[in-house]
Amino acid sequence: MTRLTRNTAAVSLAGAATLSLVLAACSTPASPGNGATPGVTDDTVTIGTHTPLTGPAAPGYADVSAAALAYFSYLNDEGGVNGRTINYIIKDDAYNPANTQMVVRELVQDDQVFAIFNGIGTAPHTSVLEYLNEKQVPDLFVATGSKSWNQPEKYPYTFPFNADYAVEGAALAQYATDEYPRQKVCVLGQDDDLGGFILEGVKANLGADGVTHTEQYSTSNPDLTAQIGAMQAAGCEVNILGSIPAFTALAMSTAARIGWDTQWFATSVGLDYATLIEILGEDTGPKLLENLSGVNYLPGAYGDGEWVDLFREVNEKYNSGAPFNGNTVFGMSAAYLFAEALEKTGKNPTREGILEVIRSGSLAGNGVAPLAFSGDNHGSYFTVGIVTMHDGVQNFNDVAYTVDGGEATRVVMEPVPFVESGIPGS
Amino acid sequence: MTRILPSLRGRNRIIIFGVILTILAIALTFLLDPYRNFQFATIAAYFTVTAGLTLLVGQSGQLSLGHAALMAAGGYGYALTANALAEAGVGGIGRFLMSFAVAVVVAGLLGLLLGLAAARLHGPYLAGVTLALIVSVPAVAATFKILGGDQGLPSPYQGVPTALQSLIAVEQWHAWVAILIAGALVTWLTLLRNGSFGLRMRAVRDDETAARLNGVPAGRVKVSAFTVSAVAAGAGGATLCFITQSVSPGAYTLSFSLLLVVAVVLGGLGSIGGAALGSVLVVMLPWLITTATAQLPLSADMAQRLTGNLPVLVFGALLTVTILVRPGGLVDLVPTRANQAPQPAPTPTT
Repeated sequence: MTRLTRNTAAVSLAGAATLSLVLAACSTPASPGNGATPGVTDDTVTIGTHTPLTGPAAPGYADVSAAALAYFSYLNDEGGVNGRTINYIIKDDAYNPANTQMVVRELVQDDQVFAIFNGIGTAPHTSVLEYLNEKQVPDLFVATGSKSWNQPEKYPYTFPFNADYAVEGAALAQYATDEYPRQKVCVLGQDDDLGGFILEGVKANLGADGVTHTEQYSTSNPDLTAQIGAMQAAGCEVNILGSIPAFTALAMSTAARIGWDTQWFATSVGLDYATLIEILGEDTGPKLLENLSGVNYLPGAYGDGEWVDLFREVNEKYNSGAPFNGNTVFGMSAAYLFAEALEKTGKNPTREGILEVIRSGSLAGNGVAPLAFSGDNHGSYFTVGIVTMHDGVQNFNDVAYTVDGGEATRVVMEPVPFVESGIPGS
Repeated sequence: MTRILPSLRGRNRIIIFGVILTILAIALTFLLDPYRNFQFATIAAYFTVTAGLTLLVGQSGQLSLGHAALMAAGGYGYALTANALAEAGVGGIGRFLMSFAVAVVVAGLLGLLLGLAAARLHGPYLAGVTLALIVSVPAVAATFKILGGDQGLPSPYQGVPTALQSLIAVEQWHAWVAILIAGALVTWLTLLRNGSFGLRMRAVRDDETAARLNGVPAGRVKVSAFTVSAVAAGAGGATLCFITQSVSPGAYTLSFSLLLVVAVVLGGLGSIGGAALGSVLVVMLPWLITTATAQLPLSADMAQRLTGNLPVLVFGALLTVTILVRPGGLVDLVPTRANQAPQPAPTPTT
């Protein structure tokens, strides 16, 4: 019996320990219905994100929230938005959906954030999608191109930031048809939404029999020899990659190793030049990447332009001069978009108010084309520009496509004009 | 503690204490805000698993480094069944119970298979097999498309039943379900542990040959122990899937599996109370450390480095110190009458 009594005592002790932890940590139950908007005070707006700061996905992705934080610091120093400074809470989820559940609940229930902003990763974010919509928390500008985010009926509170992967796939397929006519188009995709929707977009554009060969990879198996070999054997000539940077680099270096000289297309999430060079190395990288094509819809990090010039300055001053790359532009652009939405929401921001502003279609953003948000479409960008690498420079080549239901039409890029000092409403 | 209801003995005593503790835990949920209730529900789900694991490791002497894989089996079993039932238009408590039953059966069968291998293996070899199991989880999820790859599977949301809707929040409801499951399973595990099965497990653990000579079917006892603890792990995995509406390979990594072992060792091997303490630590410690570091004036870069890594470091340090100072685990700190009374010198064994 002594063993049992000791157990009982320990269970009570555990209970008491939990209780004291609870009391120590502000246990006031959330009191909805007092009219106040969560996260909004007279002089601050608090928002939060989940992002991988540690773990295998951290290199590259950790830069995004740091860049957004730098932009918000800049904005706050310039007086904030409608007299309120933005308080941006960044929580590490290590790209693990189980952690995402924890940190997002903490942000919503403990930190009482106004909105979840720019949460990164399809798998992590999928795990909190239901929860955020159930709790009616604005889920703004999710940082992946899964089509799941664009379901206004099912997820009225969720809006993506990225162009969806099917849009990118259709644009790349059309670019292949236009610039490389009658060549065999193949697709190598990650075995999740990224690869799946890219393939869907390519097929929507070329027809199912327009794709010569498709291959898949899993991030848990970093070896593409089999897939690349099969693609070479199938006579592929234009290869569209639905991949993250590590696997873009791996695909290209594997092909080079077996002596296969072919044309590569990559998605916006898989082609940042600086990231790829870091993986491939300074020696062989530039040569391998020559002529790589892909899509982008934000200001090019390696070109000139007022947006990028400002972002460089902000990066120097507020991000202690961290390396400037596509992720930096991505994070700052998302932060600018949030600031723009908040500014348009007016002096007394509410959760419903900011959603209305986004749905009204009045947001411009800072991309190569206007945003497409509307009441019945939560998708962000349906016009994307084509970028190519030449002599170590990644830049737009003045080709752009507007995609509508898999149909890609060639258009002229209409970059959104620079806003004075990059501050919305000024 | 025998001062409370001294006339109550044996099975009845365990069952009644199980019921009382479960009711107390449910009462506790009324004091907590939603986020705390979510943490409480998670603790209850982990407790289900650690109680089974501590029984396996502490009582039957078999080490499993792959218990998270058994949890994943439960989670996937739950999600697949619940999704299929949702498709067929089944909802409510019926869907939950059926999905939960499938989860437990799937995990139990996997545990049985593992147990059959375990009965033929010892020490490091067994640890190796369970290690291989946990390492293979992402590959299995990627190979079978039905499991959703790295993204995992969503499971249908189950809100508060209509009758309770004006009374409690959804997190509190989830905590109730998790507590009820933990209460039922842990009571069952305690009954097994304190009954003749527990005696046979300890006999096999201490000296397998002697146990066999006394007519204890050592192999069968070891397989049963593995299956029982797999059932508990599957129940915990299903509960987590129910609370969080998702299951993914990223949630069941090798490090999570090791953390479960750390929890039972820290709490006190073989003790159910220790398992409870361990699961509280596993959930609360990372959160406490992150909250504490947030108060420190650290540079953004430093804070970023610390958030993910510091909890791991603290767990390591705690484990080392505990094993050095209190090999019996934290539960040994609880004074009992046995500790206070002068103990007879232990009989030396050879």
